[in-house]
Amino acid sequence: MSTTAIKIDDPTVFHLEEEPHHEEGSSTMLGFWLYLMSDCLIFAMLFAVFGVLGGNYAAGPGPKELFDLNLVAVNTAMLLFSSITYGFAMLAMDKDNRPQTLIWLAITGLFGLAFLGIELYEFGHLIHEGATPQRSAFLSSFFTLVGTHGLHVTFGIVWLVTLMVQVGLKGLIPANKRRLMCLSMFWHFLDVIWIGVFTFVYLLGMLR
Amino acid sequence: MSAETNDHSPDTQHVDHLGHEGHNHGSFRSYMIGFVLSVILTAIPFGLVMTGVLPTQATALLVMAFAVVQIVVHMVFFLHMNSKSEGGWTMLALIFTIIVVVIALSGSLWVMYHLNANMMPATHDMSQMGG
Repeated sequence: MSTTAIKIDDPTVFHLEEEPHHEEGSSTMLGFWLYLMSDCLIFAMLFAVFGVLGGNYAAGPGPKELFDLNLVAVNTAMLLFSSITYGFAMLAMDKDNRPQTLIWLAITGLFGLAFLGIELYEFGHLIHEGATPQRSAFLSSFFTLVGTHGLHVTFGIVWLVTLMVQVGLKGLIPANKRRLMCLSMFWHFLDVIWIGVFTFVYLLGMLR
Repeated sequence: MSAETNDHSPDTQHVDHLGHEGHNHGSFRSYMIGFVLSVILTAIPFGLVMTGVLPTQATALLVMAFAVVQIVVHMVFFLHMNSKSEGGWTMLALIFTIIVVVIALSGSLWVMYHLNANMMPATHDMSQMGG
């Protein structure tokens, strides 16, 4: 009796009876992918705004006076390292190796924090030099675009820590694996957006 | 290789399963290929801009080309994009997104560039009048 009660309560039972080849959570991945695509549209709009306003310095400082490419290169490396370490976490998850998964997730989080720290240092440096978001349309759109990306990374780290606690408490259960896979997509997606940022904002900014 | 065993197969087999429905997390090899390619595709544009060995226009075009290639590399090796995952729906959503992004970006830049070009004399006159 108890098993039938559980089966009735469990929505996946109905799902499996209708479509035996579908595994639980496959629709979650598609749904999360659609969220990422809509997030991509947000960033596309911010890139368009930066593309339109990026040359309006209002007689203020331009990219050449403000940006330090060495710092951006280090930042890019941090995000790239965090991407590969997250990949290693996923590989450890595939092997159901909980300690290794947690270690790689922690390293990913540290790289993410390093990225945020460098970005905040850069922002602080700019604001200290008087290059605030209010200074010119170029700086407004710069802070909006790069700041939105930084905010995404911040939430990614909060999510990462949450999942580390979840995995620590409940182990690598299917639900946690699914969540880790969603965060994996989110994290790699942020790295893809960063490619656009360092190319169009920093590198092409230096060539303007 | 059957659909039932696909879920818990060792990660070494996942490369072979790129075409399967469902999700694969890649293998150590595919992650390393993606990482090495990304490092190269990042280092070259940074080097080009920092050293300035090429003319500005050529550098700009190369930098953008490298960005596009690196985005594809990330999509394939890190996000494991392929035309078969989720029955092709992720690819369809991606194509739709790319179309919208291209229209929005090129449209905004094109329209605003010409708006700027047409407004330029007026702005100039106004600043002269103000001065």
